[in-house]
Amino acid sequence: MLAVIDYGMGNLRSVTNAFSGLGCDAFIARQPEELRRAEMIVLPGVGAFGDGMDNLNAAGWTNALEQEVRVVGKPFLGICLGMQLLATTGTEHGTHRGLNWIPGVSRRLNTDSDPALRLPHIGWNDVHFLKHDGLFDDTKEFDTFYFVHSYILVPEDTSVATSFSNHGEDFITTVESGNIFAAQFHPEKSHKAGLRLLGNFLKTAAKSACLRSA
Amino acid sequence: MLKKRLIPVLLLQNGLLVRSESFRIHQVIGNPIHEVKRFSEWTVDELVYLDITRDEKYDLRREDHKVRGLDDPLSILDEVSKTCFMPLSFGGRIRSFNDMRQRISRGADKVTINSAGVKTPDLVTQGAKVFGNQAIVASIDALRHPDGKHEVFIEGGRVATGMAPADWAREVERIGAGEILLQSIDRDGTGRGYDLDLIHDVASATNIPVIACSGVGRYEQYAEGIKAGASAVAAANIWHFKELSDRGGKRALAKAGVDVRQ
Repeated sequence: MLAVIDYGMGNLRSVTNAFSGLGCDAFIARQPEELRRAEMIVLPGVGAFGDGMDNLNAAGWTNALEQEVRVVGKPFLGICLGMQLLATTGTEHGTHRGLNWIPGVSRRLNTDSDPALRLPHIGWNDVHFLKHDGLFDDTKEFDTFYFVHSYILVPEDTSVATSFSNHGEDFITTVESGNIFAAQFHPEKSHKAGLRLLGNFLKTAAKSACLRSA
Repeated sequence: MLKKRLIPVLLLQNGLLVRSESFRIHQVIGNPIHEVKRFSEWTVDELVYLDITRDEKYDLRREDHKVRGLDDPLSILDEVSKTCFMPLSFGGRIRSFNDMRQRISRGADKVTINSAGVKTPDLVTQGAKVFGNQAIVASIDALRHPDGKHEVFIEGGRVATGMAPADWAREVERIGAGEILLQSIDRDGTGRGYDLDLIHDVASATNIPVIACSGVGRYEQYAEGIKAGASAVAAANIWHFKELSDRGGKRALAKAGVDVRQ
């Protein structure tokens, strides 16, 4: 069973629909306790960094996530804001503390290099893969995914990066660290390329579940 | 590189899809959910869904459409989001913060705000703060007067505001909108092509993406909108009355040298 966290930040329906469409038993978790019965956890979300963290902290999600993802080691996928919140700090509308699972900062994309570029970065952009297993099993060199954001996660240790794109600057579009995966783009809104990535997450998660129980 | 987007616009009126002309004449053309499914299968870049109903009567119980029990825009959105693995903007009749929240939690990625943004600009700011700028699309309806000047209208094109579109565009960006959906009242449904001066004025006044809409009658006209400064080109009627309208539109854009997602 896969839990999609409802912490009041945006469109959960499409993430849940996408996983259900792949034949996965996905549910929307409204209480932190519900994460206990989940085998996989997805943190979606659009919105501002500060509000996102406030909502996670206020409802007790932060502790539950620490326990289930970091201690127990359940496969985790952060999407969009759910990726940015993994940083140590976020700089959207002031400075805020993040989950600090991927040490680094979430900051605004820098498009100064080309005055014709607009922010938010909205639309389909090429994502270049740095690996072709795990989330990117069965992929070509690159594919197009849908983005809607102005901020990016910049990790201190760039070896966690598994793909990148460019909008004014090269930026990291996915990260992977142990059981923690995250994407800045929206796989659930990226038609076939996105559904393939979500399917690969399920496969990877299933493998790690076997290892954990072994 | 970021691709230029090609976007179908669906207009919902009293629970049924309609085509529109000059913002005044509306003709029923089909079922609000089947069309979305078709676009999703075509893997179109994105979808804009606007509810232009002016009273509270939603009627999806007509036998010829075979969908029962969808009597409000939110249940339509519920159904739409089930078959929509692509970005969805949902707009029309959004009057409050709660209206925005409901639409986003039920499957919309973005909400478009028009009249309410003019009357209560705080709503744009509040929405942007909670959902992020990228989730708030300011929809601007402009009319070209006989002297060539443009003016912003609200309430479905019925109420003049006295504002120039470029000024209002600058303002919506300042108060938090992440994108502009730009419609031309006098080009709507005419097939004469975009109002290129309007697109140019608004796109050069702002730094946020502008989605051009209204007037497309031939695929070749999409590229003109991009050249005038739009980041995305949208249309409504041409998607309903031509076969393979996504492929055709993309091909025409690529032929004109525009970088699109194939």
